[in-house]
Amino acid sequence: MEPNPRMKWLPWVSTPVVLLLVLVAWQLAVTAFGVSEFILPTPAGVAGALGELLTDATTWSHIGITLIEVTVGFLVALASGVVVGVVLGRAQWLERALRPVLVAVQVVPKVAFIPLFVIWFGFGVTSKIIMAATLAFFPIMLNVMLGVRSVDRGHRDVMLGLGAKRWPTFRDLELPSTLPYVFAGMEVAVVFAVIGAIVGEYLGGSEGLGYLVVVSLNALDAPQLFAVILLLAALGCLLYLVVNGAKRFVIPWHESVLGPERA
Amino acid sequence: MTRGAHTDTHDDTHDDTHDDTHDEARDGAADGTAPDRSAELELRGVDKIYRARSATTHALRDISLSVRTGEFISLVGRSGCGKTTLLRILAGLVSPSSGQVLTGGRDLWRGGRRDLAASARFGLVFQDANLFPWFSVEDNIALPLKLRGVDKRTRRARAGDLCELVGLSGFEKSLPRELSGGMRQRAAIARALSYDPSILLMDEPFGALDALTRDRMNLELQKISVVTGATVVFVTHSITEAVFLADRVVLLSPRPGRIRSVTGVGFPRPRSLDVESEPAFQDVVRRLRHELDEEDG
Repeated sequence: MEPNPRMKWLPWVSTPVVLLLVLVAWQLAVTAFGVSEFILPTPAGVAGALGELLTDATTWSHIGITLIEVTVGFLVALASGVVVGVVLGRAQWLERALRPVLVAVQVVPKVAFIPLFVIWFGFGVTSKIIMAATLAFFPIMLNVMLGVRSVDRGHRDVMLGLGAKRWPTFRDLELPSTLPYVFAGMEVAVVFAVIGAIVGEYLGGSEGLGYLVVVSLNALDAPQLFAVILLLAALGCLLYLVVNGAKRFVIPWHESVLGPERA
Repeated sequence: MTRGAHTDTHDDTHDDTHDDTHDEARDGAADGTAPDRSAELELRGVDKIYRARSATTHALRDISLSVRTGEFISLVGRSGCGKTTLLRILAGLVSPSSGQVLTGGRDLWRGGRRDLAASARFGLVFQDANLFPWFSVEDNIALPLKLRGVDKRTRRARAGDLCELVGLSGFEKSLPRELSGGMRQRAAIARALSYDPSILLMDEPFGALDALTRDRMNLELQKISVVTGATVVFVTHSITEAVFLADRVVLLSPRPGRIRSVTGVGFPRPRSLDVESEPAFQDVVRRLRHELDEEDG
């Protein structure tokens, strides 16, 4: 058999090994070096707390709330990001006119807006959705703008030479060449959306996984804090996998799916 | 009498050798004094001027050329002599600053707008294959048919036939990235042939290929041009390639790009690679090379 240069099997072996090593080091840190369990609970303690959380129905409603905030915020960002990105990508003069504003808005740490959103939209779900959407918007918009402008000149010549009209040019050329950029933006954006929703929950409100973090902190319940963080990690992974799966389904031909071309 | 087919605008310092070449070349070369109505493609006094803020570039000056049906024309010249610009004007991708491009008696640029029906007669092949990575080989080849509203089954069948013609059978479902450079260029040629264009316009289609693949592609291109009966305009910077393929070789000189000479090549097509070792062939190549060298002096 020819050796597999991409070593597809490697992560499947290395990931469990790394996880196991982390767990062993963790346990050792607590038992051998005597780190206080208030600061660093044992893996077993965290597992216990996680089990308790998962058997509690309110935890699932918290998960549900956060999931809704992230999903809705992300979808709002996707729709608005694609529209604005396409418009700015097409109308270069508009992009030029708005560039200073765009840069200014972009460099502002957007989590600083959360208190404002709370004042404007209340302590409910809306302010978190808006926060998630705000954070997720920029990576999508910027990628789409870049994508719209990156349609290959040679490919354009082909369509032009064939006398293709507007709609077929969009369907067969512009859309497929922009999609990889849309997905690149989405992969970043989905992570940002989770951040936006969680930070929003930290600062105000009484529901969601971010709120659960704050509750655990107030109770100085380190095992539960760890358990919630694990839940958040799982949520992030799940959402990323959904976006990644969608990408594999929609643009199976792309390099980011097939891996780099072999000469 | 029929000298019009062979020499036009070059200066006459090499006249003796020229005439020898011409006499040999003339045998079998088609007659250049044919009336315009038989012209598949005709350029009349085409000029192209690019105006930028800093400078004005006269890319082409007073290009007149008439290409007969079924003829194979090579355009040669150094980089920057405007050969690509000329081909893009022929293809209707760029408009001439002045002058006319006629195909089948129709003006390609009527009133400054490109005549889509006239440009439908063209098949284009570029230096890069420019296949769409999201389409399979067969979908790439059949793209022009899709744009013309041909149904899927017919497209499949046609793509299959073309794959056979260009030697890509078995790769219909492959993605372009899975093909070698030569195979991609074959697919690009098949795409250009898919709607039976009467004129093939090729811009250094094999420029990026290695010499061996290039030879093979040239042989196959000849075969294809004979089978399809298409008129071909082929841009290259390789004199040998130009002479090997063409009925007539048009030499362009740069700044501004203009026709320096038109040379007939008398060997009947299709040719085998052996033709390249014939003295008459080598004479034509040598003379064209001299003409190119003179520009440097």
